[in-house]
Amino acid sequence: MLDFIQQLVSGIALGCVYGLIALGFVLIYKATEVVNFAQGDLMMLGGFFVFTFIGLMGLDYWLGFLFAVCGMAVFGMATERILIRPILGYPQFSIVMATIGLGYFLRSIAGMIWGTDDLRIETPFSAGVLKVGDLVLAHDKLSVIVATVILCVVLYAFFNYTRMGTAMRATSENMLAAYYMGIPVKRVVSLIWAISAAVAACAGVLLAPITFIHSNVGLVLGLKAFPAAVLGGFGSIPGALVGGLIIGVIESLAGFYLPQGWKDIAPYIVLLVMLVVRPHGLFGPSMRKKV
Amino acid sequence: MRFVFKTDYDQDIRILKHSGYWWSYGVLLAVLIAAPFLLGSYLQSQLVFVFIYAIVGVALMILTGFTGQASLGHAAFLAIGAYTAGFLQGHGVPFIVYFPVAAVLTGVVGALVGFPALRLTGIYLVIATIAFAFIVEEVLARWESVTHGNEGMRVRTLDLVGMPVPRDSSAFYFLCLLVLVGAVLVALNLLRSPTGRAFVAIRDSETAGKSMGIDLAAYKVKSFAVSAAITGMAGVLFAHKMTFISPEMFTLLLSIEFIMVIIIGGAFGVHGAILGAIFMVMIDPFLTALKDDVPVLAASVASSFGMAQDAAAQLQEKLSKIGSAAGLKGAIYGLIIMMFILFEPYGLYGRWLKVKLFFQLFPLYKRATFKRQKTYVKSERNR
Repeated sequence: MLDFIQQLVSGIALGCVYGLIALGFVLIYKATEVVNFAQGDLMMLGGFFVFTFIGLMGLDYWLGFLFAVCGMAVFGMATERILIRPILGYPQFSIVMATIGLGYFLRSIAGMIWGTDDLRIETPFSAGVLKVGDLVLAHDKLSVIVATVILCVVLYAFFNYTRMGTAMRATSENMLAAYYMGIPVKRVVSLIWAISAAVAACAGVLLAPITFIHSNVGLVLGLKAFPAAVLGGFGSIPGALVGGLIIGVIESLAGFYLPQGWKDIAPYIVLLVMLVVRPHGLFGPSMRKKV
Repeated sequence: MRFVFKTDYDQDIRILKHSGYWWSYGVLLAVLIAAPFLLGSYLQSQLVFVFIYAIVGVALMILTGFTGQASLGHAAFLAIGAYTAGFLQGHGVPFIVYFPVAAVLTGVVGALVGFPALRLTGIYLVIATIAFAFIVEEVLARWESVTHGNEGMRVRTLDLVGMPVPRDSSAFYFLCLLVLVGAVLVALNLLRSPTGRAFVAIRDSETAGKSMGIDLAAYKVKSFAVSAAITGMAGVLFAHKMTFISPEMFTLLLSIEFIMVIIIGGAFGVHGAILGAIFMVMIDPFLTALKDDVPVLAASVASSFGMAQDAAAQLQEKLSKIGSAAGLKGAIYGLIIMMFILFEPYGLYGRWLKVKLFFQLFPLYKRATFKRQKTYVKSERNR
């Protein structure tokens, strides 16, 4: 029983990692209905930024964290300006391919700049563990859980209770109508890319002590975060968290109870089943097409 | 400029529309048949890879270009074809049996993938095909009694009714050419049949197609099955060309390469698949050549412009260092995808059409002819 609970807890920690990355997918999807396949690579880049600030320049952890998040926000905005804006309004698949290309590009460039070794940084969360009875939870994982929950709550509130959030929702419903209503659509899209890249940077910084920093971390985790985003419903912020938790717990339990190999494909099997049974996810709005 | 005078309704759907087609494609075929006798073994081998990529490209064109169902899982279909060939050949089944069996089996798997696709559109479909590809990859790595797992599997020399066809022979080249021509003819014939027109209707508007009496479910599954079956055939050839197959050859990156084939070629015609395949296969040796030659060239140009000898040598060293950096290829691939989508969305075939039209209409060509319609995004949720 204790094994089960320990697996459950580590699954929840893992799930929050996926949830945090899935949050980035969801944000961009929610505002522009574009799926950013380079989300994982933005996260990877955030990790390298923080390594540069803390590991190479010797800044304080929190200052480096702040700089990395701001740097990634600017980077996300620049990406939107250069790559996405010219093709906004064209078929969705070409935007998806463009982000796949971006991912390829970022991975290679990061590998060329920072090398292909695993990099690590000193963080305040690196060492400690939290003990509740016989359960053990490392501080670095705890920090991911806390950050994911906080970010989810903040972004949920932002989308539902602020003017800008409402403008973003309107943009995703119908861009042209949003223009007519006086919403600065281009600025909204820029902003959402900035926010999404900043969330990716948070993920990259918080994951640095757990997965270490190397150029392929984004691809691996990004593809695992997909099932999480789909499971929760692609356009739902709480859905990203819940989807991530479900995927994390399933993966963790599958690794413990099922034979080897199931761990890696269990999320995808869940994803396929989910897509067949309920394509719009647990929390997503129903996608009934009207003629 | 040629003016085609139409005297027959069938003229609109003929594969070879007028005598010009006979000439140009006849010459192309003659060149391709003569190629193995003229080219070295390296180029011949590259051409075989072009053919295999082009077969997959044609298959993907049917699914993505004509039916509008994007797939990032075609490496998995290729893998199923390749492993079926390897397994059946290992059990003494002759080529003329396992070649069609591989195609049929892959087609059936494709149809099974098509079923969830009935409820999915756009991005969800892409994700579903990625998930499918991951599952296939993992199954190949774990089902050791059939696939030998991660150790990989040897594929023996192709044996065509008692005649061995080694991977480097010109006979193998002709076999690949034959399959490619067959696949192209299948695609073209499909396109001018009611089935093909139904595919195109589904791509352009599912709702409109449905209201014209097209059974969306049946045609989507058909499209998946045909596309997968053709990819399966390419898989058999791929297995024999590589002589060794292992799960890590059929990753997501290969699927992305296949999608790149049709995006670079232009995702609206069979020509595009072939041009894209040529581009994707030839870019590798081209980059390798560039890597060796550019630093030397740059240094000699720099020194001829009056740069000091040792500075030029430094430049050469620096450039060759960048050239040999790990992962440069990935960066260039990424750049190519982004550049094509930003600046040449109709791909190489689109560029060819533009150039052709420019000369046909010489002083009157307008850029706006090929301007894309920009549509502002409306939500998929209540489209």
